[in-house]
Amino acid sequence: MAPPGWEAVIGLEVHVQLATRSKIFSGAPSAFGAAPNEQACVIDLGLPGVLPVLNEQAVRMAVTFGLSIGATIHPYSIFDRKNYFYPDLPKGYQISQFAHPIVGPGSLTIQLPNGERKTVGITRAHLEEDAGKSVHDAYPGLTAIDLNRTGTPLLEVVSEPDLSSAAEASTYFRQLHSLVRYLKICDGNLAEGSMRCDANVSVRPVGTTELGQRTEIKNVNSFRFVERAIDYEIERQVGVLESGGEIKQQTLLYDADQDETRPMRSKEYSEDYRYFPDPDLLPVHITEAVIAEIRDGLPELPAQRQQRYVDEYALSSYDAGWLTEDPAVADFFEATTSACGDPKLSANWIMGELSAALNREDVAIDTAPISAGELGTLIARIQDGTISSKIAKTVFEALWQQEGSVDAIIDARGLRQLSDTGELTAIVDEVVTANPDQVEQFRAGKNKVLGFLVGQVMKATQGKANPQQVNTLLRERLK
Amino acid sequence: MDPFAEITRLRRGLDDGEFSSRELAEFYLSRSRQLNPQINGYINLSEDRALAQAAAADARIAAGEAGPVTGIPLAHKDIFCTRGIPTTCASRMLASFVPPYDATVVERLEGAGAVTLGKANLDEFAMGSSNENSYFGAVSNPWDTSRVPGGSSGGSAATVAAGMAPIATGTDTGGSIRQPAAFCGVCGLKPTYGRVSRYGMVAFASSLDQGGVLGRSAADIAMLLAQFAGPDPKDATSHPESDPWLNALREMPDPEQALTPSDGLRVGLPKEYFAHLAEAGHLDEASKLFESWGCTLTEVSLPHTDAAIPAYYVIAGAEASTNLSRYDGVRYGHRCSDPVSLEDLYQRSRTEGFGAEVKRRILTGTYALSVGYFDAYYLQAQKIRRLIQNDFLTAFESVDMILAPTAPGVAFAKDDLTADPVAMYQQDLFTIPASLAGLPAMSVPCGVQDNLPLGMQLIAPHFAERTLLAWSHRFQQATDWHTRHPTLSEAAT
Repeated sequence: MAPPGWEAVIGLEVHVQLATRSKIFSGAPSAFGAAPNEQACVIDLGLPGVLPVLNEQAVRMAVTFGLSIGATIHPYSIFDRKNYFYPDLPKGYQISQFAHPIVGPGSLTIQLPNGERKTVGITRAHLEEDAGKSVHDAYPGLTAIDLNRTGTPLLEVVSEPDLSSAAEASTYFRQLHSLVRYLKICDGNLAEGSMRCDANVSVRPVGTTELGQRTEIKNVNSFRFVERAIDYEIERQVGVLESGGEIKQQTLLYDADQDETRPMRSKEYSEDYRYFPDPDLLPVHITEAVIAEIRDGLPELPAQRQQRYVDEYALSSYDAGWLTEDPAVADFFEATTSACGDPKLSANWIMGELSAALNREDVAIDTAPISAGELGTLIARIQDGTISSKIAKTVFEALWQQEGSVDAIIDARGLRQLSDTGELTAIVDEVVTANPDQVEQFRAGKNKVLGFLVGQVMKATQGKANPQQVNTLLRERLK
Repeated sequence: MDPFAEITRLRRGLDDGEFSSRELAEFYLSRSRQLNPQINGYINLSEDRALAQAAAADARIAAGEAGPVTGIPLAHKDIFCTRGIPTTCASRMLASFVPPYDATVVERLEGAGAVTLGKANLDEFAMGSSNENSYFGAVSNPWDTSRVPGGSSGGSAATVAAGMAPIATGTDTGGSIRQPAAFCGVCGLKPTYGRVSRYGMVAFASSLDQGGVLGRSAADIAMLLAQFAGPDPKDATSHPESDPWLNALREMPDPEQALTPSDGLRVGLPKEYFAHLAEAGHLDEASKLFESWGCTLTEVSLPHTDAAIPAYYVIAGAEASTNLSRYDGVRYGHRCSDPVSLEDLYQRSRTEGFGAEVKRRILTGTYALSVGYFDAYYLQAQKIRRLIQNDFLTAFESVDMILAPTAPGVAFAKDDLTADPVAMYQQDLFTIPASLAGLPAMSVPCGVQDNLPLGMQLIAPHFAERTLLAWSHRFQQATDWHTRHPTLSEAAT
């Protein structure tokens, strides 16, 4: 949050790496992780005489995104050349869209952590190619260039300066991340740079309407770092202004280790990119028929799914939001629910036990050692009284270790709940006889002691007794 | 063997067993080695590749699997990428560049069995009208070696005119096929923009560049064009529909039957062009012939002609300035020695790698695209381009073809215009408008002045190459200008 008396104005530019099989203007594969320069073809290398040919899949993905945020899809859009020299930019220009982007104004409604909703304007989204990578620490005194990433399709999503805190910015980034994965246009892998965010930040005294001088924080690729970087920058700007200083137009890098932003390059003069339409590419023409076809194929979006969970499963808006953010989690939840029939318990288990285990072991839900069907069976065994909730946690751990199916584990470990009243009554009698002092105290009105006695019975049964049942039996015995 | 034989004639010789493709290749290679010191038409001869291709062609011919150009030798302008053979663009920048791929034009011609003799000289990156801007030296006009062959496809025109190749590819951005064809007394066709793939053809000005042919006759050009024209998925600006006429031509060993002109042609003479001619008489014979064949000749107006040169040099310069950004000394091409910083690497590599004319165009183009000048230059030039296109569209409502001069005069002397770039640019006055409009245009030998060839230019509506080639063929059946050739001494080195 901005310090008292100040408010922040934030806009994000998010580069979404599109999950096409090949690059945006060449047939080279766009997969991550190949040996340096193994995935750069003659077109990516910018050899003389080669020409770009637009990947239609990238165009369809851009349209898919535009439709999902209710944006205008421009029937004609134009690729421009953005000219600048840099060693990892082989052609000396980047092919991007400047004056005529494919996606026009739209908006994304986000749900803030306090449950409030906010509609964030999206100015535009345009297609462009990624540059390569300069590696400065591979060889002493030399810069190495890896052009594998060159030509990877990007959709740059530019927001309005509608965000007013670091938390809002990070929420917007998160929900955009969720959306593109729902649309299956991006793998959402932040660690591999599949979504990178630039934040434009300025501050102004509360009550004023004029925008302050902004700075741009470049290339942040985690939700947490976006939040921390913006918070740091807001505080820095307010500090400068309160001490009578002036904010300079700057491009900043966020250093997560030091938790600070640092100037990357000062823009003393504004760079002249000499944009002009790329004569190698025709204007992109998108027909109404294509738009209609893509609109018909749009999947259920995160916000719609969240609302459905509230309506259909009677979940809280918070739980529904938590479960639907990642489509893989939501799919897992729905499969678990259909296996056990209890959405509330399914939600609790996924948000609790399963989520903790996934975090602990750093695994994604779709590669978890426990399937949704197994989790559903586990929950069903709690519901039918086979095991207690407490024992279920033991079974869960055993499932995680892949010791077998739910029922096999219960049987092999003898975890079936004691439901035979006769057997349990005998144990209750033993406990009452063995603890005369506590029994005395209980009868004297110390109700708390009952918990101790229940614990003794549970211990004697190795936790297999139903605590509720033990409670009842003890009360009857001690009347 | 006749070094000036048309390829239609060579086809018959190959098919009849009069000579083999290997003998043909050896003949042209040998003659080229002898003449190149005075003409400088070739930058490189690709002898090994030529002989291997000729041997393969002979096998195809023997097996009865020859197509129309199987075994026919040719030269490629050294701006078409050839796998494994240096492709220099006549620049120090690319003096040692060997592409790992073939241009589509090269790939299709070699696939059809044509034999690549070598790479023809040109103005550096196709920028020039005299072929004096080559890192590998100026090309001489075979008719008078003290004169220029025209440019930028000067090497292609001169090798064909000198009998060092029977036919050659070229590229035309503002007249680079037509003007050298006129200066050297050969035929040159610039097809419609989009007719020929630009893939692997090193870019100068992408919205104008078009590959074409320089040869002895319209029939020869038709025969070669059919082999490489047509849609190419590797070039987004290539026209996606193939042309049934060219498809049929592609299979014909003799193009003659595809070159019958239609009756009742309406020919337009653009008054603005003739107003610029010092001597107006050089199309008189052609005009009379067209009338004698029942064509109607009328004057047409192309009112924005005078704005064409400035618009062209803004647009072509703008595109060139960014097309040539990739030559930065980082990945391939010339790199300065011992750079001390990235800036230094860029500055010295490019300063050393590019010649004066290329730098002039990069600078003017960069200026035209800069903030504050973009509207006044680039956008204004695009508007003029549209007006010029409209001039032609209007003219083609009343005529089917335009007849005009190709160049203001005959080949000029070397060094005459090098000190005055604007006077040099005026050379392209008659060729640039069709380039800006993307129209097919052709230069055909139509006379001689002071023992130097003159060319006439035919311009047709988009994709009407057939009109140009058929009427040129008719003209060449009635005249012998295209069969004249310079006298060259093979021993004179």
